[in-house]
Amino acid sequence: MKLSNLIKIAWKAIVLNKARTLLTMLGIIIGVGSVIAMLAIGEGSKESIRTQISSMGSNMITIRPGAQMMGGVRRGADEMQSLKLDDYEALKSETRFLTDISPQVQGSGQVISGSENAQTSIYGVAPEYLNIRVLEMVSGSMFTEADVRSAAKVAVIGETVVENLFPNGNDPIGQMIRFKSIPLKIIGVLAPKGENTFGQDQDDVVLAPYTTVQKRILAVDYLQSIVASATSEDEAPDAVEEVSEVLRSQHDIASNAEDDFSVFSMEELISTFSSTSEMLTVLLVAIASISLLIGGIGIMNIMYVSVKERTREIGLRMAVGGKGKNILMQFLIESILISVTGGVIGVILGLGATFFIEKVLSWPTNVTLYSLVISFAVCAVTGIFFGWYPARKASMLDPINALRYE
Amino acid sequence: MKTIIKIENLKRDFAMGDETVHALRGISLDIEEGEFVTIMGSSGSGKSTLLNILGCLDVPSTGTYLIDNVNVKNLGRNELAMIRNEKIGFIFQSYNLLPRTSAVDNVELPLLYNGKVSNGERHDRALRALEKVGLADRISHTPAQLSGGQQQRVAIARSLVNDPVVILADEATGNLDTRTSYEIMSLFQELNAQGKTIIFVTHEPDIAAFSKRTIVLKDGDIIEDRLNDDIQMASEHLAALN
Repeated sequence: MKLSNLIKIAWKAIVLNKARTLLTMLGIIIGVGSVIAMLAIGEGSKESIRTQISSMGSNMITIRPGAQMMGGVRRGADEMQSLKLDDYEALKSETRFLTDISPQVQGSGQVISGSENAQTSIYGVAPEYLNIRVLEMVSGSMFTEADVRSAAKVAVIGETVVENLFPNGNDPIGQMIRFKSIPLKIIGVLAPKGENTFGQDQDDVVLAPYTTVQKRILAVDYLQSIVASATSEDEAPDAVEEVSEVLRSQHDIASNAEDDFSVFSMEELISTFSSTSEMLTVLLVAIASISLLIGGIGIMNIMYVSVKERTREIGLRMAVGGKGKNILMQFLIESILISVTGGVIGVILGLGATFFIEKVLSWPTNVTLYSLVISFAVCAVTGIFFGWYPARKASMLDPINALRYE
Repeated sequence: MKTIIKIENLKRDFAMGDETVHALRGISLDIEEGEFVTIMGSSGSGKSTLLNILGCLDVPSTGTYLIDNVNVKNLGRNELAMIRNEKIGFIFQSYNLLPRTSAVDNVELPLLYNGKVSNGERHDRALRALEKVGLADRISHTPAQLSGGQQQRVAIARSLVNDPVVILADEATGNLDTRTSYEIMSLFQELNAQGKTIIFVTHEPDIAAFSKRTIVLKDGDIIEDRLNDDIQMASEHLAALN
């Protein structure tokens, strides 16, 4: 028997039972639709994490004091004071894989300008910080190496701080602000960057020379971290290696002892977050797959009913020469058609839902080809798997009994 | 004359729990090409069992059955299906047409299972078969749009479409009124006159009167096998009704 004829017969049975078939398909439709939408959301968030982290500087390397563990106790990195300016100087002069490097000390507190005040964070950095974090100025200019040397009372502020302190639109350049009662002169405003992946407002910052923050504001002689740029994203692992070597010799760490600092690149951060979002995607897809499974059971159920209902038809087909395998194929193709048609509708629905999510909820989404291919393949397999048993039962019927079935 | 059906000492036993039911107790009969045979018998006589074996839906326990010189004794399910497809035309009491399916599609059905027949040829042959039973103007009607007699004509067309060596009719007039029964019997006589071999199972003696030969079964044995010397013409009975 020709396949085209089998498909025709199966298609006819489906068309003759439109409402029932559609209800049967519903499970598959919802299953496939949600798998596609879930994968699109998962991929989209992975993609957006990647771009956002990259926008923070994809070759950025961060060095923090303190090992991961110390005597079995994890210590807060901020408590540790093992990173010093000497380390910064050493790294600056002894590394080949770093282009820019800047110390970083930070504190948070109230910043005041006239009658306005706001809570914000102050970062003590070197001028290279702009390059490392891919920041730009919208007005004024960054402080200079000379400002760093003299611990000048100057600051560069972010957009949010401008909005908070100068709500009536005055030009902040040249204005004085006070941070913990230390007066700072605003010499520049950063271009807005928006929120980062962690929901932190990247524009709510005050940048000042690290010497100013260390000596005048926080009164400390250590660094909370050192940030640097690797020569390229690909060479970031080399840079991490190099930084470790320099710091180990700098801190006189014996070859068998643990580091008293940690170095990580953005690449690691990206992969950490990607794996988190991947896990979430797997979870979402698992939930959606249950719907697909239930859809498959629905198909099996309806195929059973169909075989029962059409027992006489099966008997007749056998009487006029239909072989068991012809009957098997007829019902198998019918269930595959139901599941694949449901799959097609599900794909369309999934794409529609994805579009809706992107446009209305403005979540990032990314429909990948593999998600379409996989859903489609799963549908066909579902049809075969759940259609097999009823179809086999049909093919095993005894034509004499089937013809007499009431 | 060619022998279409050759049965020798055919037995068919069924195991019913511990007991064995002897549905057919060793019957022998030959049917030649062009015969019109009625098989009669009350229920339990074994006529359904015989019909199933004649139709290759069942196989004998012992004895031989040759249809068109093919011994069915050792054939498997698939081979039996092929014999049914190529050599036998079935007609049932309750028509057994596919619902919501046009007359021509119903008639095409046996040819669907014959890989040697192309789609175009299948359709042509179905149309010709419908023409033969006088339904050329009803090809697109579904069973629900046809009367009982017309439905049985579609079924007859379906039994003719594969050009079988024998047509097996099982109480083919059982669901029809007298007039329509005569119409159908008249059609059978016409087909027989054209050379078709017909085996007709019935329990109505007046229907048997239209055939050329009557075989009567009782308790699994043939108790009577005679040629009709007074064959009635269904068309004359039909004319007499008006």
